[in-house]
Amino acid sequence: MRIAVPVKAVPDLVEEIELTSDGTSIDSEYLTFVLNEWDAQALEEALLIKDATGAEVVAIGLADDPEIEQILFTALAKGADAAVKLVGTTVARSLGPTGTTIADRAAMLAEYLAAQPVDLVLTGVQAPDDPDGQLPSRLAALLDLPHVSVVVSVETTGGSLTVRQEFAAGRSQLLQVQMPAVIGVQSARQAPRYTPIARIKQAMQTGVLTEIEVSPPPATNGLVVRRMHGRETTGQAEMLTGSAEEVADQIVGLLRARGLLKG
Amino acid sequence: MVLAEHTGAQVSEGTHELIGKARELAFELGGVSEVVLLGSPALADQLGAADVVVSVEHPALLQYVPEAYELALSEVLAQRSPRLLLMGNATVGLDLAAALSVRWDAPLAAYACRLGFDGTAVTATVQILGGKVFTEVELPGERGIVTVLGGAFSAASESSQSTPEVVHIAPPPRLDALRMSLLEVIAAADDDLDITSAEMLVSVGRGIDSQENLEVVQELADALRVPLSASRPVIDAGWLPKARQVGQSGMKVKPKAYIALGISGAPEHLEGMRNAELIIACNTDAGAPIFAVAHYGTTLDLFDLVPELIGKVRG
Repeated sequence: MRIAVPVKAVPDLVEEIELTSDGTSIDSEYLTFVLNEWDAQALEEALLIKDATGAEVVAIGLADDPEIEQILFTALAKGADAAVKLVGTTVARSLGPTGTTIADRAAMLAEYLAAQPVDLVLTGVQAPDDPDGQLPSRLAALLDLPHVSVVVSVETTGGSLTVRQEFAAGRSQLLQVQMPAVIGVQSARQAPRYTPIARIKQAMQTGVLTEIEVSPPPATNGLVVRRMHGRETTGQAEMLTGSAEEVADQIVGLLRARGLLKG
Repeated sequence: MVLAEHTGAQVSEGTHELIGKARELAFELGGVSEVVLLGSPALADQLGAADVVVSVEHPALLQYVPEAYELALSEVLAQRSPRLLLMGNATVGLDLAAALSVRWDAPLAAYACRLGFDGTAVTATVQILGGKVFTEVELPGERGIVTVLGGAFSAASESSQSTPEVVHIAPPPRLDALRMSLLEVIAAADDDLDITSAEMLVSVGRGIDSQENLEVVQELADALRVPLSASRPVIDAGWLPKARQVGQSGMKVKPKAYIALGISGAPEHLEGMRNAELIIACNTDAGAPIFAVAHYGTTLDLFDLVPELIGKVRG
């Protein structure tokens, strides 16, 4: 069985996000890019299936994503069997730091996957920078494949695909899905595995990133960005100042005033 | 047009929020508000605030199956040609919106917290990058799809309780040939404690850094005699059970006090706790979105603050 895991580089959210001076885009010059955390979950779920069934896992990234080589080599180091870098000429739009909209990414992936079909596509249910909608269901529609998103476990025992889809308030449901299918992963059955830097370095020496050219027509019906801004209000929180002891005192005072301290 | 989300017995609160916005836009644009009701025609009674209920019935629609909903909704869109389709930004929206954007060939704006019409175009404000950045977008053309963050709009008042016009759309034939089926609905496990009934919560986020560090915030929760809850990343890492998760895909809580430690405040988390009576947030990032909803905040490091709090609480 072949499992494809499309992965995306996204800005590290721990950093402060700055906007360009015209306010229509994110200033990516000083940003650190990391693997989309939901794609990390999808990769882990794929590797768990590989551990259980011996399936082949191929990670797919877009050449224009910053740091994508590092991300793909890390996937190889973690156990992916192959890594593919899609090189394409798409119309870049300023919807996000990478400039490539989800619609364009989906079109590139669809072209590749139509030529190199797999049994299962596992990818993160969303990314922090996908205002034009999420990848899994868009990709599935382009390929006319069944799809389920917000999935927290994927099992392929006995040749059939069973997924657990999560809703609010702890409710979930089990679905059986015909393959080939596209699954939007919310979280894997266990936290993404750690791989030591030494193994990643080795992958960078000996691993192979296959470059594939794709040229889908640019996606139509995109959003028009008027402007971007940070949080406009200065925030309603009254900021407490002082030493840790002084702030702790103030907080305890607030709780006591509301009768929330027992004893 | 709004897609109604329901459990079979009850239309969701989110649906009423969307109907409220749909009515407002319909008024501005000179149209009508319609609600799509799949599989449970009896629930039309709960949808009195809309002008029209569009109902599709078929055995495959009795429970939520993504492919069945997608096929039925595609059929409705083709027949009714609404100006806009509104859905919640939770599981159903994440399943369907982007696929329908392809099938219906319509622009899609996700994570919307604002939606309006400026005289020439439909515009929305969408929150990205964990809620740190707000992007104002325009949906070009004559149709569009918007998925809306929970709590962004206020619910339609139930005042117009006239029974809406009900239009029946025949189910599309592909509903008989689905490529997926529902095996089992799993209700929430109740073997862990119920954070929704707690008077106060100590809640921890990514800032806790490791599972070992949970010990110190658990000690604070114990000292206050309240449960420890968490945002999604802590739960996804397996550091606390699912029942402790606060947020869109976890629990919605409304305690008297919510102490957020190391939580950045992404929209999906805020949806779960923004109505707490007193919110105190501790985050070293002064720009963390949590401070937009917190009543009090501090940029102290939680590892400095929490031991002091424990000391003060213990007296």
